[in-house]
Amino acid sequence: MTTDIALNIVLLSFMAIVGLAIARLRNLFPVAMLTGLYSLLSASLFTLLDAVDVALTEAAVGAGVTTVLFLATFGLTRAREKPVPRSRTLIGLAVTALTGAVLVYASLDMPHFGAADTPVQEHPLRDRYLNQMSEEIDVPNAVTAVLGSYRGYDTLGEVVVVFTAGIGVLMLLGVAWHRPRKPGKREQ
Amino acid sequence: MREHTVLRVVTKVLIAPIILFALYVQFHGDYSPGGGFQAGVVFAAAIILYALIFGLAEARRAVSPNLLRITGALGALIFAGTGVYAMLRGGNFLDYDYLAHDAVHGQHYGLLLVEFGVGLTVVSVITSIFYVFAGRGRRNDDEQPPGDAR
Repeated sequence: MTTDIALNIVLLSFMAIVGLAIARLRNLFPVAMLTGLYSLLSASLFTLLDAVDVALTEAAVGAGVTTVLFLATFGLTRAREKPVPRSRTLIGLAVTALTGAVLVYASLDMPHFGAADTPVQEHPLRDRYLNQMSEEIDVPNAVTAVLGSYRGYDTLGEVVVVFTAGIGVLMLLGVAWHRPRKPGKREQ
Repeated sequence: MREHTVLRVVTKVLIAPIILFALYVQFHGDYSPGGGFQAGVVFAAAIILYALIFGLAEARRAVSPNLLRITGALGALIFAGTGVYAMLRGGNFLDYDYLAHDAVHGQHYGLLLVEFGVGLTVVSVITSIFYVFAGRGRRNDDEQPPGDAR
C-alpha cells in the first residue's frame, strides 16, 4: 500500500512538472511530445487504480495517436506559438485559477478515495452486475460484459459517435479519396 | 524517414507483435482487460507507425483508404445488425440471449460480434483520420512533412 502511495505521489508530481513545462514552452513540437508523456503518466496512474482498460486506451490514443495527429497538424500550421501580450496572459491566468478553484471546491463534495459507502459501492446495480453476471453472461471480464451486454445501447451509441466523427473529418478534409495513388496533387 | 535503418528494422520487427497484441486484446476481451475499442486503437497505432516509417503512400497501398471507409461503416452495421438479428429471433434489440439456443452462449456470441464491430469501426475511423491529416501536410513542401517530425 505504501509503495502504491509513493508511486502515486511520484506520478502525480511528474504530471504536474510536465504540465508546467507545457505551459512554459513556445515551440509546439516538444509540447506535443510532452502531452504524449502526460498521457503515458496518466495511463500508469490508471494502471495503479486497476483501471487497465482505460489505461490501455489512454496509452494508445493519448500517447500514440493524438501525438501523431498533433505532429501532422503542425505540418499544416505553424509549429511555434505566437507571443501573447502580458494583459491577456494575466486574464488567462485568472480564468485558469478560478476554474481550478471551482474544481477543487467541487472535489470536496466527492467521497474520499477508497471509501466504501459511495453510490458506486452501494447501488443495487453493482450487486446485479458483479454477482448475477456469472449466471447471465459468464465472462470473466465484468467490464466487457457491462459495456457490451448490459449497456449495449450506450456502446452502440459510442460506436455511431466514432463513426460520425470519422465521416465528419472525411467530409471536411478528405479530398481526392478516389485517387489514392497521388495524394494531395490536385486538392482545391 | 526512409534513411533511418535502425528505425526501419525495429519497426519491421515490432509491427507484427503490435498487430498480434491488438488481435489478442480484441478476441480475448471477455477474459482480460480490453475489448473492441482498445484493440482498434492499438491496431490503428500499428498502421500509423508503418505510415510514419515507410511513408504514407506505402501505408495507403497496404491498407487502402477506400477499404477503410467500407470497414468503418461495416463495423457499426455489424453491431446494429447483431441487435436486429436478436430481434428477428424473437428477442429485444441487442438482447443476445436469443442469438443461440442457450442464453449464456448467446451472450458470448453477441459480445464477440459486437466487440468485433466496435474494433472494426475504431481502427477504420482512426486510420482514416490519420490519413486525411497526414495527406494534407504533403502540400506544404517547404514545411516539415509530418512523418519526419520528431
